[in-house]
Amino acid sequence: MSGSLVQHALLLSVALFTLGALGVFMRRNVITIFMCIELMLNAVNLAFVAFSRSLGTFDGQVLVFFVMTVAAAEAAVGLAIVIALHRHRDTLDIDSFNLLKW
Amino acid sequence: MTASAVVFWVLTLIVLASAAVVVLSRSLINSAFALLATFSGVAGFYVLLGADFLAAVQFLVYVGGILILLVFGVMLTHRIQDLDLRAEARQLVPGLFVAAGVFILLAAVATRTPWAIGAGRLPSATTAEIGRAFLGKYLLPFEAASILLLVALIGAALIVRKREDA
Repeated sequence: MSGSLVQHALLLSVALFTLGALGVFMRRNVITIFMCIELMLNAVNLAFVAFSRSLGTFDGQVLVFFVMTVAAAEAAVGLAIVIALHRHRDTLDIDSFNLLKW
Repeated sequence: MTASAVVFWVLTLIVLASAAVVVLSRSLINSAFALLATFSGVAGFYVLLGADFLAAVQFLVYVGGILILLVFGVMLTHRIQDLDLRAEARQLVPGLFVAAGVFILLAAVATRTPWAIGAGRLPSATTAEIGRAFLGKYLLPFEAASILLLVALIGAALIVRKREDA
């Protein structure tokens, strides 16, 4: 069971990552896109834990901690940026934030 | 079917269904609550794969921290009465094509690669080993991560503050 469990967990991780990517492609609300990025990070974490299980070492689990740290920092800074954007533009539609486009 | 296979498929159903709600729901609040189910399902997978401490941390950091922050973000940027927000989707067809391509590529890599199987086995309680790894082999990245958290904390407070001159 152990080998196929890891294989199945990898496939689930792929499916979860794809759903997150699909959300980033087609949603237009900044906060929804943010949630989809969290989905993708969770998918990567799942793959790390699956590999850690199949290799029998802790390194994958330690890496998950670092991913979680970055995700927490990203959540704090990202939501601060979202709130600042909303204060300036009164919308969260990502197509209206085009000041840096040329 | 063994018990762990049943748990696996139930968790898979929970994770994929709630992730689909996160991506497709028109209401931000529905998305946020579906994300709660997704995070919990992933924590269940950590338990199934033998990472007990990580499952607890997943609950603390994702459910207790990031999700609460997200809900605060929703509440601070929308008036409560228009909770049915315009969160419409555009570029549906090209997005579906690209996502399908990503899925096929990644699934092919995941199934066709002959992944190495290690000889070692994880002990049933992982907390002590992870603690030793953090204070030994991974000490420098550990300290760098703590500095990153401090910088993010100060930066977030700096970005959202009200300017006095504006």
